[in-house]
Amino acid sequence: MISIKNLHASIDGKEILKGLNLEVKAGEVHAIMGPNGAGKSTLASVLAGREEYEITEGSVDFDGQDLLELSTEDRAREGLFLAFQYPIEIPGVSNINFLRTSLNEIRDYKGEEQISAKDFMALVREKSALVELDAKLASRSVNEGFSGGEKKRNEIFQMAMLNPKLSILDETDSGLDIDALRIVANGVNKLKTAENATIVITHYQRLLDYIVPDVVHVLYNGKIVKSGPKELALELEEKGYDWIKAEVDAQ
Amino acid sequence: MNELIQESKVVSFVEHLPKTMLPFNNDLLSKASDVLKSIDFPTTRTEAWKYTRVGRIASISTANQVTREGKNLSREDINSTYQISKAGLTFVFENGVFRSDLSSGEFPVGATIKPLTGCDKDELALVGKSLQLENEVFHSMNTAFAVDGMYISIHDKAVIEAPIQLIHLITGKNTVSNLRNFIQIGKFAKAEIMQSFFALDAETSFTNVITEVNVAENAHLTINKLQYETEGNYHIATEQVDQAKDSTFTINTMTLDGTLVRNNLNIEVNGVNCMTNLHGAYVLKSNQHVDNHTIVDHKQPHCESNELYKGVMDEKSTGVFNGKVFVRKDAQKINAFQSNGNVLLSDDATVDSKPELEIYADDVKCSHGSTTGQLDEEAVFYLRARGISEKSARHLMVAAFIGDVLSKIENDEFREYTHSHLQDRFGWEF
Repeated sequence: MISIKNLHASIDGKEILKGLNLEVKAGEVHAIMGPNGAGKSTLASVLAGREEYEITEGSVDFDGQDLLELSTEDRAREGLFLAFQYPIEIPGVSNINFLRTSLNEIRDYKGEEQISAKDFMALVREKSALVELDAKLASRSVNEGFSGGEKKRNEIFQMAMLNPKLSILDETDSGLDIDALRIVANGVNKLKTAENATIVITHYQRLLDYIVPDVVHVLYNGKIVKSGPKELALELEEKGYDWIKAEVDAQ
Repeated sequence: MNELIQESKVVSFVEHLPKTMLPFNNDLLSKASDVLKSIDFPTTRTEAWKYTRVGRIASISTANQVTREGKNLSREDINSTYQISKAGLTFVFENGVFRSDLSSGEFPVGATIKPLTGCDKDELALVGKSLQLENEVFHSMNTAFAVDGMYISIHDKAVIEAPIQLIHLITGKNTVSNLRNFIQIGKFAKAEIMQSFFALDAETSFTNVITEVNVAENAHLTINKLQYETEGNYHIATEQVDQAKDSTFTINTMTLDGTLVRNNLNIEVNGVNCMTNLHGAYVLKSNQHVDNHTIVDHKQPHCESNELYKGVMDEKSTGVFNGKVFVRKDAQKINAFQSNGNVLLSDDATVDSKPELEIYADDVKCSHGSTTGQLDEEAVFYLRARGISEKSARHLMVAAFIGDVLSKIENDEFREYTHSHLQDRFGWEF
């Protein structure tokens, strides 16, 4: 699905990613954990195509395409989805109007027909139920006046609507209470198929009780320094990151 | 001093214009001509004209007006291109001259509607009552040289459902069109008036329009105004409004084209329990300039005014917003809200925004705010990350921004018409 090789990225001349390697296959869920400042959000931003970051080295292959050559919108149209850590409020733009535009531009890109108003509304009803998002929120301005939990649910709702190949959840759990966390995780689990993949970026192990990863990676100092089965997350929860830092720094 | 007067461009500007034939009060006319003899066009040293240069208007060669026979237009042309409300009554003026051949011949029951040239002195006795002439070149010029305009009197208790639409066309080269409308809304009456301004093969032409409005006790009036004269033409408009107690006055001003557009809104709220709504949207590009100067003068208690102006400025366009709200000493319990927001789509576009509150009463609720900025790039990125092209993302956001003002327009036909013109001019979908 995605193959990241020796990725180096910097912002304002400061190198954040320093040779990151990651391979995710269809049907898999990968968790990326790591201490603050390790480069977790930078990885998400670089994959989504934020232009502030400069890629100095490395490659990203996304389903046979050179991801780094694609614009942000084309990445999304090819099936990459980023659930934002801090979803943006867009006053005046209704969620519905936004999603219909989005869905239709993606369809247009693929040479498919526009979705009919009836099918679209049916899809909205079905997918908003998945994350228990009040139908009223769906017609309000994008994220405006939403609570933290509602914003994150809205991200998963959008993910459900767009049906991406690869979803990257950037700290989707941060700031969520346990109920919202369960709803969000449930939504993600229901959307999982053998054809898509998920990268869960998180600071806390708790989310991984609900979204069970196939592989857990530790990102530290711009690189994946350790990968292991889901039990690695528990170990990190228990022991913190210092032992990994020590291990890496000793090398 | 004599020398100064001789240098005044006003005298040479007006000397080729035909004096008004309208039966205005003689004192008013002599005052207007006195003012014109004694002052020059405002410069940027004049506070009210600090950001708007009228030099290009002053240098219109009025001696070389290319006047022509009225444009060869049919009612079908008017209906298909300029008529906004299919149900409404339509009255057409070309360069200030009433075109009865293009206008509705029917009049609603409960209203007197006719061109000013068809009015007698008594009907126009109140013209100029509240309009300031002192130091006002354009007001004085309009008074002394008014060609024609609409007289609309809505009788007491009459409710005119269909909008009354005034279509103003400017044609020809160096044309100066001094238009004067006089509107009286009787007690407990209700009406909606549309004024739309278009240019048709016009070049360096100037529209100077004054609309005087009296809204009587418990009357309701909405004015929907669309300014869509093409580049190369100049436009100065003044709405002078008197509101009596318990009345509601709403004006929606849409400025979508023109080289220089200045709107003066002077609202005198002379009665208690009045509602005043001023909404404006301006969307310009290239070197266009728009200047909205509004004054709401609360003289009586228990009134509310809402003012919302939003602009989207692209390329090298420039905008000015100057909104003044007075709350006089005895005008307690006033709620006055004012907001101006601007989005600059290019590095070369500028806006000068100046909200002003002058409050002399102590028990009032007033607020004003002004924001000018670029589109939120984080939001653009967010939309793009959902597969929306950068162009559509920006359009969605601009449409949402300006949609805030458009949603205040209650008349669906007027709103749709505005939408379609925005689409024609900017290629935006709303």
